[in-house]
Amino acid sequence: MVELGQIAEKIRSKNAGPFWLTIDIFCGGRAVFDRISANLDTPRVASLFRTDPDQIKRFDIADLNVVKFSLPRPAVQGTRADRDMHGAAWAVLLEEFRID
Amino acid sequence: MIRVLIPTGALGLGYDRAALARGVAARPDIIAVDGGSTDSGPAYLGRGVSKYSRATTRAEWRDLMLARAEAGVPLVIGTAGTCGADAVVDWLYDITCELAVELGQKLRVTRLYSGQNPSQIAEAFAAGRIAALPAAPEIDAETIRACTNIVALAGVEQVQAALATGADIVIAGRTTDTAIIAALPIARGCHAGAAWHGAKIGECGALATTNPATGTIQIDFDETGFTMEPMAATARATPYTVSAHMLYENSDPFLLHEPGGALDVSGARYEALDDRRVRVEGSVWRPAPYTVKLEGARVAGYQSVSLTLVRDRRYVAQIRDWTAGIERRARADVAARLGLSEGDYAIELRLVGVDATLGDLETGGALPAEVGVLAIATAPSEAQAGEIGKILNPYLLHHALTEEEPMPTFAFPFSPAEMNRGALYEFCLHHVLTLADPMDAFRLVTDEVGHG
Repeated sequence: MVELGQIAEKIRSKNAGPFWLTIDIFCGGRAVFDRISANLDTPRVASLFRTDPDQIKRFDIADLNVVKFSLPRPAVQGTRADRDMHGAAWAVLLEEFRID
Repeated sequence: MIRVLIPTGALGLGYDRAALARGVAARPDIIAVDGGSTDSGPAYLGRGVSKYSRATTRAEWRDLMLARAEAGVPLVIGTAGTCGADAVVDWLYDITCELAVELGQKLRVTRLYSGQNPSQIAEAFAAGRIAALPAAPEIDAETIRACTNIVALAGVEQVQAALATGADIVIAGRTTDTAIIAALPIARGCHAGAAWHGAKIGECGALATTNPATGTIQIDFDETGFTMEPMAATARATPYTVSAHMLYENSDPFLLHEPGGALDVSGARYEALDDRRVRVEGSVWRPAPYTVKLEGARVAGYQSVSLTLVRDRRYVAQIRDWTAGIERRARADVAARLGLSEGDYAIELRLVGVDATLGDLETGGALPAEVGVLAIATAPSEAQAGEIGKILNPYLLHHALTEEEPMPTFAFPFSPAEMNRGALYEFCLHHVLTLADPMDAFRLVTDEVGHG
């Protein structure tokens, strides 16, 4: 088991507008991409964000060695419940997530 | 071929001056710069203000006005003043007028207004001309009428109409990030898929290069594709930096919805022309019924905030018990002294150092040396929020974990301890409006300014 942040080149989360969050895992190479693409399953990502797997859009982009997730923001940007205006810190949940 | 010079990802973010000079020397057909986005939150739209300082905006806009005069081509800014509301279009217009006089420039300036009348938007909603996008909040006519500002995102048609006034400078309210870049290439018959795709790659300036901080890039558009070249000597565009930019702030990296259609880049081919320029072909524009996206913000209460620093080891170890005790005592006071019931207001004590960033989603667990207690009181009025903030104060200062111990005191970094931060705004629209004519929701005003 290894933390994603230890094998990926960079993991970035950003707003995709006020209502969506998008997370890009830049794997840095084909071997890491293949490992993450195969071993990071969407339902486990959904449970990290306490959302329904059906709400998550996933893109495994071999040309870029990137795995991308987009989901409705855990809290709509700027509402009373929001803690992170730019959606910058949610990437940490994946950086510290352990996979085979 | 149409050459678009993009000085920076957003006015106010800075750029490499030598790169801008190189871009002007390369004889662009237009200079296009973005002025905002929703990314900094709803307060800017709610208030109709810019997030960047007036002095910084003025200094950078001055450089761009000089660059425009040297190049002798139009200068266009989209989403002026962060949010693109009418008030902030006028704010940048005032800066432009000041600078025109200062620089001795005589200019034709066209303002493109994107602001919407909430009553008319409520009528359009009732008439079924407004549709929800995925993950949109539930709305009704009352929600729409409560917005302090609503803007529609202009596409290329409205920017083209502004350019057609013969403007030297176009100050546009809310536009899509791409529209100001794609407008001229599309008007001159360049490949529509390439125009939108190049505009998306270029909308953040040099972000799609190896050296984002340099800001300035140029994009050449033609009948089959586009070529992207950074203007700074230290920046390079590669097929990877260019294609990876479609990921940026995009929920779908292959599809981008715009007014009147969608850009599909699933078949795009990226080719390195040399070690710093990239050629892209194969992107497709798919026309669709003409809709524009709406953004709106309304007041969702008022807030008072304070910060208390807890460094005592025993209190850090039992921090949740401590904040729970404070909340309980403050809530009893709010009910008894302000007459507010639980659903009318909110008290939140966020633990900086523990889980203030991720809240319930936090998965870490080590005990920190200290905890910052960020107290947030939200209430229907500014006065009530301030009162709740003050009710919290003595408890944050002295609340003891047990009754048997001497009264503790905690660290406050400020006096007064509470900061009334005014209205809490929230975005309440994530919808599209159908238009019969692209100009139906937009207005143009053209003036001659300055002298020279």
